[in-house]
Amino acid sequence: MAIYRDEAVVLRTHKLGEADRICTLLTRNNGKVRAVAKGVRKVGSKFGARLEPFMVADIQFYEGRTLDTISQAETLGSYGAPIVADYALYTTATAMVEAADRLTETDPAQRQYLLLVGALRSLSRGEHSPTLTLDSYLLRALSIAGWAPSFQDCARCGRPGPHARVMVQVGGAVCSDCAPQGAAILDDATRELLIALLAGAWDLTEDVPEQVQKRASGIVAAYAQWHLDRSLRSLDHLDGSQAHTVAAVPQSTPPSVPEPKATA
Amino acid sequence: MYEGIVQELIDEFGRLPGIGPKSAQRIAFHILQTESVDVARLSEILGQIRTRVHFCEICGNVAEQETCSICRDPRRNQTLICVVEEAKDVVAIERTREFRGLYHVLGGAISPIDGIGPDDLRIRQLMQRLADGTVVEVILATDPNLEGEATATYLSRLLTTLKVKVTRLASGLPVGGDLEYADEITLGRAFEGRTVIG
Ligand SMILES: [Zn+2]
Ligand SMILES: [Zn+2]
Repeated sequence: MAIYRDEAVVLRTHKLGEADRICTLLTRNNGKVRAVAKGVRKVGSKFGARLEPFMVADIQFYEGRTLDTISQAETLGSYGAPIVADYALYTTATAMVEAADRLTETDPAQRQYLLLVGALRSLSRGEHSPTLTLDSYLLRALSIAGWAPSFQDCARCGRPGPHARVMVQVGGAVCSDCAPQGAAILDDATRELLIALLAGAWDLTEDVPEQVQKRASGIVAAYAQWHLDRSLRSLDHLDGSQAHTVAAVPQSTPPSVPEPKATA
Repeated sequence: MYEGIVQELIDEFGRLPGIGPKSAQRIAFHILQTESVDVARLSEILGQIRTRVHFCEICGNVAEQETCSICRDPRRNQTLICVVEEAKDVVAIERTREFRGLYHVLGGAISPIDGIGPDDLRIRQLMQRLADGTVVEVILATDPNLEGEATATYLSRLLTTLKVKVTRLASGLPVGGDLEYADEITLGRAFEGRTVIG
């Protein structure tokens, strides 16, 4: 049996049989790997908490026919404990790993790995607000996956911005010629925040009013939802004030009223 | 592969948690060779289990009546509630004989990635039980793994709004593991040395 070694972040785990778990890991060099951790749920397991979600570890794998097996794990980044001690951080980190799980496959994804580890580390240290950390992570993870949004120039025709409308289906801001009827409004403050989050320009994200943050989060959630086919479950369970509701994005026209039925 | 019904029986056992194909085959052949009265009794229990077993209206534990035997027992300390994820955790804690209070079974742990949020657990029912002020201490005995810790974090924050002492089982439990695998001595010690968190 072949042995290989890689750094990995634990995305999620599933119980297997009596005392084992299947861990879904995003590795530095081998893309996403599903591997069995034997006996991890038992007292005195050699793995302890090293294979819990949000943990980063140096792992040795045995290649298997269907699933690989984890034979050793050494902690590199212990982000689980600080994250789990704060409920808002926990729900935020869960949304991140869910997105990472959906955006990666078995082919190498080193940029996704580094982005996720960086985001979890930043979150565990409380460097920025969980909401902003998540929104920045989602925009950049989607960009790496090939869905980079444009919030300055028109996402459809490329006309230089700024523009006052946004359409996630098209890929971001849209000019007045490209904006369909009813496209959501993109005000200056929200646009600037989205551009800063996409670029990781954290100094520009400080002191942004909550209303603006909410509108940006709504656009990020809608953008992620559109590109991931179905929404991230974790976004529905974010802690109280961080709710990523698409409804937070103002529409330029009131919700359409059903047309009266023609009488025969 | 065996013929027809024998293979069906093996397949059914193989679907049960913790039973691999070899064990499934062993159990199936054990049943084939067992006295017919024993098999009749087993099939009778299997047939009745879903209709006879309920979940306790008060605590969510498994019960044969509307309430479980622990909630009905007047000798249990009515001022202590131990919060666990599942009914099997009640069994694990009862084995230690360290705890004489009441339980509250949440029905799982908060796991947003699986679509399970606080509203999907029996948290509202817990708050209702605490409303009249009889309970003075809530012991959070969720699993010592990530989801269990996150659930305890959520509950302790929620319970600080009430005038109730909140404690968490002491360390020494297998971190990353399931509560049900903790041996009686370790679990008993964790009860004695529980720490106040809210
Ligand atoms: Zn355009
Ligand atoms: Zn009960």
